[in-house]
Amino acid sequence: MKDLVRIRDLSVRFYTYEGVVHAIDDLDLDIKQGETLGIVGETGSGKSMTALAILRLIPYPGKIESGSIVFCDKDSGGELELLKLKEDRMRAIRGNKISMVFQEPGAALNPVFTIGDQISEVFLLHRRQELGRQAKQRVDSLLSDGNGLAAGLKRPFWLWQSRLYSKIAEGPHPLEPRFLSHLPLFRRLLWRLKDEAGLLTVDMLKDVEIPDAARVAAHYPHELSGGMKQRAVIAMALACSPKLLIADEPTTSLDVTIQAQMLELFRRIKADKGASVIFVTHNLGVASEVCDRLAVMYAGRLCEVANVEEIFLHPSHPYTKALLNAVPIPGKELQTIPGALADALNPPSGCRFHPRCPSAMPMCQQERPKLKEIGKDHMVACYLF
Amino acid sequence: MVKAVDGVSLAVKRGQWLGLVGESGCGKTTLAKTVVRLLKPTSGHIYFDVPDVVKAEIEALESAGNNSGKLTSLLKENDLGTFSGARVRLLRRRAQLVHQDPFTSLDPRMKLKDIVAEPLRIHRVLSGEAQKTAVKELLGTVGLSAGQLGRYPHQFSGGQRQRIAIARALATKPEFVAFDEPTSALDVSVQAQILNLLKDLKKEFGLTYLYITHELLIAESVCDYIAVMYLGNVVEMGRPEEIFHTPHHPYSQSLVAATPVPDPKRRVGRILLPGEVPSPANPPPGCTFHPRCSQATNECRESEPELKLVRNDHYVACFHPL
Repeated sequence: MKDLVRIRDLSVRFYTYEGVVHAIDDLDLDIKQGETLGIVGETGSGKSMTALAILRLIPYPGKIESGSIVFCDKDSGGELELLKLKEDRMRAIRGNKISMVFQEPGAALNPVFTIGDQISEVFLLHRRQELGRQAKQRVDSLLSDGNGLAAGLKRPFWLWQSRLYSKIAEGPHPLEPRFLSHLPLFRRLLWRLKDEAGLLTVDMLKDVEIPDAARVAAHYPHELSGGMKQRAVIAMALACSPKLLIADEPTTSLDVTIQAQMLELFRRIKADKGASVIFVTHNLGVASEVCDRLAVMYAGRLCEVANVEEIFLHPSHPYTKALLNAVPIPGKELQTIPGALADALNPPSGCRFHPRCPSAMPMCQQERPKLKEIGKDHMVACYLF
Repeated sequence: MVKAVDGVSLAVKRGQWLGLVGESGCGKTTLAKTVVRLLKPTSGHIYFDVPDVVKAEIEALESAGNNSGKLTSLLKENDLGTFSGARVRLLRRRAQLVHQDPFTSLDPRMKLKDIVAEPLRIHRVLSGEAQKTAVKELLGTVGLSAGQLGRYPHQFSGGQRQRIAIARALATKPEFVAFDEPTSALDVSVQAQILNLLKDLKKEFGLTYLYITHELLIAESVCDYIAVMYLGNVVEMGRPEEIFHTPHHPYSQSLVAATPVPDPKRRVGRILLPGEVPSPANPPPGCTFHPRCSQATNECRESEPELKLVRNDHYVACFHPL
């Protein structure tokens, strides 16, 4: 399979008053086309930051220090170096080619706009030409069907509208509609774009199995349950059929039965749309349900990357092993990982897991282990191999 | 009016680790809070460690079929719901609660030593030097060092804070502790540490636990007995292995099936529950689960099923148990 995103030597640092936090430290990771890659790890392992770095949304005081993130997409001209793109090009990618589903659906939605308005916004931003084309068709059908006096009187207006929408359909930045959209009151003459976006929105909501989609589109976020909100957020992320969907703990705030519905939805979406998915989670059970490949992170570094079966059946890195043993499984004794999570401000030298590692060697303290391929598509960063 | 907990009958035996499982809004937390009398029940009775003499007297009166005022007054007298003042305080000395989120359950302006000493002070158990040594001892039992006594909650990690909350709950040497999702805000590795700590404490002090969780895997691996709640009702009770391998209530069955297990071979066999949990302010009539149940019949829509014994110690509230 071909790579969709290639992350090389990515470092993200946070410059806080207490000191510099190395949130991500020289990360190498590939996301293949059409796969679901799970990123698992505990708090502070840098899994969410990896997701945010791809979209260049690292919050202040964080900074992407170095590295490269290459996004391979034929439609937008081969390989794009995301970290070097201008902000307006980046904005054309966010929500369009790469989109994101956040952990807390309640916080991801704006409370003062309806669900429909918020999803329409995606279409109005990224699919303006398409909307213009559809609006023109609608006006043209009015022109050809209209008979009688009323239609005759409206005819000049319709002709003007048809011209206006065809301009929007043709160019990315046509002068006349752009001028209109800056004038209060007059911008309402472009209402057909919004109508078309609204229709697409309802289709989108139906796609994520929301019953009575037209009614839900007119609702405000507080009127929906957690599961419904998360469905709406997923609909928003999928609106432009992205090449890559990043889901940051999308089921953490949901109940088990609703979570099961969401995981089923994610699996179906992936099969239908062929998008790649990055699934960030701390729940190993959820990861084993939806992911094809897993990347295990600890304290900003990658420990192990392999297929799901490989990770669960033959975990190689001591941290992966310890993490799997810490999950309560009936009939098995719970094993804990000794010690506490690595201090982000003063991380241990060498391999960051060495103070808690049962098989640590003197070498582990001194130098950082590199990722090594120990099997087919199975990479481990540990001196044991 | 919201019926958060509606007609629940449940018994926790001495020395038991009872797991209470259910989704959000099913009334698990309300039940735990009522047991330690942070809430007053609207109706119903809760009994906590009724003395054997009184128990024998009640049983004798009941078997005699004597519906005299004596029986009702005896029952009322021992009901937690009617306690007030000193009796509530005495109860709370013996029954404690550990809250869900250790980031909000500790006063940010109190030092560790004051947090743990507070129950000792309120219940006037110990004071002065004895109190200080007791606090140090408590911290030792939950695995915190005495050097951290002067620190504030924000200086501790989530796992450490939960340890502080547990130390505080154990300060008055209770016999019964209710845990309200104590590990839901914690990482997997820390969760394992806390669960092992709870196991050790239970053995050491002979405690009885009411453990609330929404994660079935935890309930199955640590609890002795499990009660599954749905919308204010207990729908099934039984031993963990029975609930997991032979669930009789359709809800427990789909809950078990919906729980993701970290094993990529076990991906199949999902029962997806349609819809969502209805609002407890306006619950459906009859069996509250019937709108989402695949086996629902007219009987389920009209009348409410009661908990019935199906096997030894396994109770189900369903007209058509699986």
